[in-house]
Amino acid sequence: MTDTLLFPGCIAMLAFALGFWRFVVGPRPVDRIVAFDGLTVIAVTGLVLAALVSGRGIYLDVALVYALLSFLGVIVAARYIEGGDQ
Amino acid sequence: MSTLMLGLGLVIALAMVGAAVVALVTRSTVTAVLAAGLVSLFASVFFVVLAAPDVAMTEAAIGSGLTTFLFFFVMGRIRREGEK
Amino acid sequence: MIVLTALGVATMSIGTVFLALAGLGLRRMPDTYTRIQAGTKATTLGTILALVGAALIMPEWTVKLALIALFLMFTNPLSSQVLARAAHRAGVPATRETRTDALAEDKEGLA
Repeated sequence: MTDTLLFPGCIAMLAFALGFWRFVVGPRPVDRIVAFDGLTVIAVTGLVLAALVSGRGIYLDVALVYALLSFLGVIVAARYIEGGDQ
Repeated sequence: MSTLMLGLGLVIALAMVGAAVVALVTRSTVTAVLAAGLVSLFASVFFVVLAAPDVAMTEAAIGSGLTTFLFFFVMGRIRREGEK
Repeated sequence: MIVLTALGVATMSIGTVFLALAGLGLRRMPDTYTRIQAGTKATTLGTILALVGAALIMPEWTVKLALIALFLMFTNPLSSQVLARAAHRAGVPATRETRTDALAEDKEGLA
């Protein structure tokens, strides 16, 4: 099963590299927040792939915590960019 | 460790180094804080690759969530105090 | 069982192809608003397809995977909307092909 999951893993890594490119070159902080959001969602897929390959269900809990906290970071950063009061 | 986990670990490690370099060379504070949070998030994925899920959960909660939230909260408070 | 596993791997492959398209959109799109479109909508579809594929491969993890999918369906459109509003209020310019800007015409501040 590990070998059959190699194709989705490689495609997910390609997506990760493209999103990280945008994070590095992004001209504005808003572009970097967008890239941050996309990268964390792609990383959730990477965590699910890791759980499938190693066959341990507890990795999915890490994916859940990860999704929750990255969402919080994106919201706080966007509120700061917006310039209004909290 | 299978091939997929090895490749995932390599990509994550390279992305961690790249995000740390971005945090060092950027002029914008928002970008620096975001890049530091990204290093923590990648570190938690890397801990999962290294088969330590509880360490990964703690890293995601403290390193990414609490630190990023605290930085942006304090920066917003400082800006509002400066406007007065 | 083997049919279910093959179906799951195929679904995961389709989902990761959508993720790669989202990454390509993040790289190639001309301005911030179109990048928000690519970076949140396409990744939502790709991740949910990948979660469905994982549920087909490992049927005993369905509850946790459904929880993650539900959570992504709640949070990702919300972060998309908050990001677009923050970019608009911060004065990020749109690309030159943009014809209408309904949020700028909204005088009463309803949105």
